[in-house]
Amino acid sequence: MTATSPARPAASKPSPSAEEIANRKIAQVIRRHGAQPDALIEVLHQVQEIHGYLPKQALDQVARQLRMPLSRVYGVASFYHLFTLEPPTPHRCAVCLGTACFVKGGADVAARLEQRLGVKLDDAAGNGTWAVQHVSCLGACGQAPVLVVDGVLLTKLPIDQPEALDAVFESAGMPSAGAVPA
Amino acid sequence: MSSSAQTKPARQLRCCGASGCRSAGSEELQAALEAARDAAGHTAQELAIKPVGCLRLCGRGPLVACDGPGGTTLYGAVPPTEAGALIEATRNYDHASDTLQASRLDPQLPFFALQSSVVLEGCGQVDPESIDDAIAFGTYSQLRRCLHELTPEEVREQVKRSGLRGRGGGGYPTGLKWDTVALQPPGPRYVVCNADEGDPGAFMDRSVLESDPHRLLEGLAIAAYAVGADRGYVYVRAEYPLAVERLRKALQQARRAGLLGSGIDGTSFALTIEVRVGAGAYVCGEETALLQSIQGQRGMPRPRPPYPAQSGLWGAPTLINNVETFAAVPVILREGGDWYASMGTAGSKGTKVFALSGAVTNTGLVEVPMGTTLRSVVEVIGGGVPDGTPIKAVQTGGPSGGCIPAELLDTPVDYESLLELGSMMGSGGMVVMGETTSMPEVARHFMRFSVNESCGKCVPCRAGTVQLAQLLERFVERRASPADMAKLDALCRMVKATSLCGLGQSAPNPVLSTLRYFRHEYEAACRQPALCDRP
Repeated sequence: MTATSPARPAASKPSPSAEEIANRKIAQVIRRHGAQPDALIEVLHQVQEIHGYLPKQALDQVARQLRMPLSRVYGVASFYHLFTLEPPTPHRCAVCLGTACFVKGGADVAARLEQRLGVKLDDAAGNGTWAVQHVSCLGACGQAPVLVVDGVLLTKLPIDQPEALDAVFESAGMPSAGAVPA
Repeated sequence: MSSSAQTKPARQLRCCGASGCRSAGSEELQAALEAARDAAGHTAQELAIKPVGCLRLCGRGPLVACDGPGGTTLYGAVPPTEAGALIEATRNYDHASDTLQASRLDPQLPFFALQSSVVLEGCGQVDPESIDDAIAFGTYSQLRRCLHELTPEEVREQVKRSGLRGRGGGGYPTGLKWDTVALQPPGPRYVVCNADEGDPGAFMDRSVLESDPHRLLEGLAIAAYAVGADRGYVYVRAEYPLAVERLRKALQQARRAGLLGSGIDGTSFALTIEVRVGAGAYVCGEETALLQSIQGQRGMPRPRPPYPAQSGLWGAPTLINNVETFAAVPVILREGGDWYASMGTAGSKGTKVFALSGAVTNTGLVEVPMGTTLRSVVEVIGGGVPDGTPIKAVQTGGPSGGCIPAELLDTPVDYESLLELGSMMGSGGMVVMGETTSMPEVARHFMRFSVNESCGKCVPCRAGTVQLAQLLERFVERRASPADMAKLDALCRMVKATSLCGLGQSAPNPVLSTLRYFRHEYEAACRQPALCDRP
């Protein structure tokens, strides 16, 4: 197999492709869990960490190496909200719509984000670059309303001050609707 | 409460490093404090800077507690630029800058003064990432005492005497559950800690996990000894990365210290504990679904009986308790079951931790004796709605609970009283709502949550919640008809009566309770309000 990933220095044999590396990593994860079927969820977490999502061929590999039907792997992967079967957009936001955030205007935060980024809430494809999803509670109720942008938690969003809110979005790197690449 | 044998530095700054304060910049503040201390020429011996867990008033983070010869002072929302001033103030407060004076919090505030720290006694005191600090605080001493001095029966007796009831929401007597598991026929047994805190508005368990994980492990180990289990799991939700990280670290430290594993503390008692991380399914907080998930399956509940205490993980008797329940165990053994039972009401003993949030001045973690009135929690401790307008309702119990109107705020907080009001204790989330919150919108908010989280196994929950959400939509959009009102009521009762598990059975509660106390808001949303009262 020829390497498609950027060449690594000082490799005498052809360097393995990104896919091969990922496959090996997954096999390693499964071995570490003793190939026990009850480790399926843990394994899927780590596969998702490797790929960013759960690609079909990785699910095949997990089923084979955990010696269980693909239907069971797929059943679990599709049941839990945190597992995603589609490649994610490069940037993601998660708006908290838990009760405390709801009381403090979390829904307005979501609406403003939809407008700003030209996306629909909970549409994983988003605008190709950004996607906005809701989460049910991040346990940061004391700082409501909150938002996670690319893994960074933003708290006490100034929902009553549109300009200040826009400034928060701006500093989090979110383009405004006009500037979004097609 | 506990005295440390170690020599403590004369002065120390305790910096909250739980996720609430972290998001408010506690790590930067701590780094700035360390730099400022070094710049001022103090050593760590003279002035310790210690990362700790939750200091309660999450809404004012990052919080720093300053211990000195003159007692303890608490500061909130300290900007890192004030680090030097804060270091200076540990010596001489009179010279404190105006900014610093403004961020000083009065320890006599009802928010602090009316709390009783029992489960949370180590939160904000111990370094959550250090087992040595936990041991110096007294953690694991009750486990050692149990193993060396008490029989499993004696341990269970103390828990029964304490009157402790499940803190996850159900309120089942803990001692009775432990007995049921212990008295099953010989064979393997498991202990499981339910740390899948999914109720929106609840963050008590997260705080315990992030602030004092060793206390939880001690409680879990004592439970395992009391019921004869040698394997345990802690099932944590993946949405709490810091809690997972600290729990894993605590487990590793406890194993190294010989407090977990085989031959614990020189006895024949052995216990292996594993962490299982959830994957974002609220229904996994239901015990039978949680067991499925630990076994690597879809988290779908099954009918009970058999209860997990009889047949749980891999068919073996399994004890499942919530984080707060296990965390209460060490102190019950230390002070005795009777001491614990002396707090609270006739049916609900001890203290309860609440997560106070929403339209309230002081948001954060509150631990009070059972039987404290809702009013004293939300108005006195919480300080009411920030702009001084009246409280409209208090939501307890998350999506399984209900909204309690302002006129019933004098109700004592205990399992039975809240059930009578059509709400429930739940895990302890308490969200305050002001005049501007519309109740049909609240009901729709929770119903959408239940639609999302229904596992799909039984029809009443899978289809019923969708229908209910659509009906509520009509009220929110003010296009409902009087017939919708009757339909809403009937459908709620049907879903409640016929769903398989607790999620479905309690999903209609937010609707039923708002219909009961705020019916006029639904009526006002009808096209012909006058007709709404007719069946």
